[in-house]
Amino acid sequence: MNRRLGGLIKKEFLQIVRDPSSIAIAFLMPLVLLLLFGYGVSLDSEHIPIGVVMEKQNADASNFASIFHDSRYFSTRYYRSTRSATDAMISGKINAIVVLKQDFSRRIGHDAPVQLILNGVDENTARIVSGYVDGAFQKWLERDAAMRGLPLETPVRIEQRIRFNSELRSRNFLVPGLVAVIMTLIGALLTALVMAREWERGTMEALLVTPVSMGEVILGKLIPYFLLGMGGLALSVAMALWLFEVPLRGSIWVLFAASSLFLVTALGMGLFISSIAKSQFVAGQIAIIGTFLPAFILSGFIFDINSMPKIVQFITHIIAARYYVAILQTLFLAGNEWSVILPNAGALVLLSVLFFGLTWKNTRKRLE
Amino acid sequence: MQDVLNPAIEASRLSKTFLAGGRRIEALNEVSFTVKHGLVTGLIGPDAAGKSTLMRLAAGLLVPDSGSISVLSLDATRQSLKIQSAIGYMPQRFGLYEDLTVQENLDLYADLQGVPMGDRPSRFEELLAMAGLFPFVKRLAGNLSGGMKQKLGLACSLVRQPELLLLDEPTVGVDPVSRRELWSIVYRLVKEKGTSVLLSTAYLDEAERCDEVVLLHEGSVLDQGEPATFRKSMDGRVFAAKAPGIPKRLLQTEISRTPGVIDALIHGDHVRIVMEGLTPPDARPDVSIVPLPPRFEDRFVTLLKKTSSVRHEVPYEKPIAQAKGAVIELENLQRKFGDFYAVKNVTFSVSGGEVFGLLGANGAGKSTTFRMLCGLLAPSGGTLRVAGEDLRHAASKARAKIGYMSQKFSLYGNLSILENLKFFGAAYGLSGNAGQNRIAWAIDEFSLADMKDAVSGDLSLGYKQRLALACALMHEPEILFLDEPTSGVDPLARREFWQRINDLASSGVTVMVTTHFMEEAEYCDRLAIMAEGEILKIGTPAEIKAGAGIENPTMEDAFVELIRAVEAS
Repeated sequence: MNRRLGGLIKKEFLQIVRDPSSIAIAFLMPLVLLLLFGYGVSLDSEHIPIGVVMEKQNADASNFASIFHDSRYFSTRYYRSTRSATDAMISGKINAIVVLKQDFSRRIGHDAPVQLILNGVDENTARIVSGYVDGAFQKWLERDAAMRGLPLETPVRIEQRIRFNSELRSRNFLVPGLVAVIMTLIGALLTALVMAREWERGTMEALLVTPVSMGEVILGKLIPYFLLGMGGLALSVAMALWLFEVPLRGSIWVLFAASSLFLVTALGMGLFISSIAKSQFVAGQIAIIGTFLPAFILSGFIFDINSMPKIVQFITHIIAARYYVAILQTLFLAGNEWSVILPNAGALVLLSVLFFGLTWKNTRKRLE
Repeated sequence: MQDVLNPAIEASRLSKTFLAGGRRIEALNEVSFTVKHGLVTGLIGPDAAGKSTLMRLAAGLLVPDSGSISVLSLDATRQSLKIQSAIGYMPQRFGLYEDLTVQENLDLYADLQGVPMGDRPSRFEELLAMAGLFPFVKRLAGNLSGGMKQKLGLACSLVRQPELLLLDEPTVGVDPVSRRELWSIVYRLVKEKGTSVLLSTAYLDEAERCDEVVLLHEGSVLDQGEPATFRKSMDGRVFAAKAPGIPKRLLQTEISRTPGVIDALIHGDHVRIVMEGLTPPDARPDVSIVPLPPRFEDRFVTLLKKTSSVRHEVPYEKPIAQAKGAVIELENLQRKFGDFYAVKNVTFSVSGGEVFGLLGANGAGKSTTFRMLCGLLAPSGGTLRVAGEDLRHAASKARAKIGYMSQKFSLYGNLSILENLKFFGAAYGLSGNAGQNRIAWAIDEFSLADMKDAVSGDLSLGYKQRLALACALMHEPEILFLDEPTSGVDPLARREFWQRINDLASSGVTVMVTTHFMEEAEYCDRLAIMAEGEILKIGTPAEIKAGAGIENPTMEDAFVELIRAVEAS
């Protein structure tokens, strides 16, 4: 290998090993993010506290109420009156009240024997509870009718089948999405910072007066941080597979190939930022606002892109993480779906060409 | 092979402007000069004179707006890569990787410069011996002292024996002993290897160490030639005035108003005078006047006075206050950081109206002592009284009597002069009429009227310094602390600044100054020399120089001797 490039790479690794903040960004942050999102943040609703009011105790009502009791989605409390349940809801102890009317048994099959009172403040939970209660009631009706040997008079029956993430575990799509955030962190933020540090400390000036070429300076940053990023990827994938038990249905080789592609794009963004911002503070701000936050918010990792306003959807097209998240979620939950992977990979290639082109244009072996 | 017929560097009508904050800054204006082979050429000038810009143009890091510069007979703009393979360059702050060890820094630069593996062991040995860094090869560069960093920086720029060595302010902030070592290394290179050297510095006394000098001021070449020629032109025009009965500040004021006097400067126990002609100044009979050998600075000041139209003169005269008792008292003051003593057993006292200097290299403990005196840092031990208040118990009470001005000029760069004054007035609790009066005083006293709406970040160094002093004086403090107040400003601005300081001292204000600038020490009434957290010696400049045991020592000689004596014992 080229002696100059070898020297630069060796120097970069020594710096990475000795600088606790590089290690923190490359390994500690991914660990914290993965643990936080894997365990702490869950978009599933389980054990939602609800109140059940039986205006009159009878076999049918108790039978129906037991459905909630047995469900893992709810944790049930019983109240004597709608009034006391409402007080509990106001004080935040429960999120919904299911009222079983006095004439519950008589009204089955005619009109509404069940009243559902929802706390609409958290509309997401409210909608989930409403859906669950609806489903639970349908199910109970079916079971009840079957027990009595009566045909059920429902005009349409929806039979649900959930594919790809059949257990509906949010972890299964959060953890793969998180890999994109972590790679952005290492590729863009860390690279922009270490490059700006060279400008700030005056070492760039000393580098530039040596016979080294600008291409070597850039490669000297690219290669070490590429390897570091792949290390971060390996760590994330290992945790995803063995700690969080996310299924990997596609090929691990395709995963690593797509990840390398994204990492190169992220490094391109980092180098581009450092070619315009020569202080660590400014470079850090731009990297967080320009790459890290979009990877979080606009990549489809947490928020569905299709439900964003049109203009925001349009903006997401320049966010590299968006394409990578799509590839990751496909690879983990569906498999080697080339119809998804190839177009997204193509977009990543275009973006990396764009960022490296801009970096090249902005970087000359000069101080201006 | 070296092309000895052509000069090492030849610059012709170089101009370079920068855009900063929407303003055009003219860094270099039609600069022409040559650097000869096998000599040390000094690029001398205050901060913002254009020295770094010139260095970077020579290294091919910048492209000139107009004019041309050829380095080792190569065009610096078009053949920069070729030049970079033939020169050594040490930027300001030395360009070291602080998280790499001494050896790793050398390895890196050897890789970058393409030094063959086989040549390395002998080359490294030679460089490490030269820099005295053998015992420290495994130490991180960030943990080296300033002087060692400087020598490592130099070693890195020399890994491949260069034909031309460019050193951008290699001696700034480094202790005098290390400065001398650097100079001897540079001269050895020139003698043994025939290297050509271009070295920039803001220290005027270093001009005398160069073979040739290019004097740069505000982007233009004022003069160039051998330092001896510079001095010779001043022969017979420099005198010392001494009068035992007259306070030296009064004497200086009198002499500076005598016709024919270009420069009158307090220097230790005498006033140093530069005349327009060969006749000594007229003075009272009780003043003894003896001729002095000229210095490089005399020539610079004369040239500057010729070009600048501003008369730097004292606008007013105040009665000299009677010296009060001790205003600052320190006893066995200590400050520990972890198990490291930044300040150890420091004892001295300063009386009212005195100008007291703390002299030492970076890291000697000056700033730590200063911060404790200003009540910004609690001492780990000892007692400390400022303006009659014990700083351990009444720090804020003492602070109201203190004015502080730092080297970095802690002003708000995006506020105008007037806004800065208003802010500092308000910060010291001045309001209504009192505040208005004080702002009017500051604008008048420091001649800031025509610039009062200018954004202070854009001001020249001299203006910034004036404004910083004005802000520090808004609340009429009894004690003024100055932290490296004149490093890098041109000699005229420095004289004007010290004129004000002398006036303040005459009116009874106690002034305490830190400096690593040997020349500035001569302006003080008394000074303390510090090294490694301890005081080596306290006394008047004359007493300190007398202790050096050599004839006619400069303050730097005395300092170096003191350090040697301490190291020997």
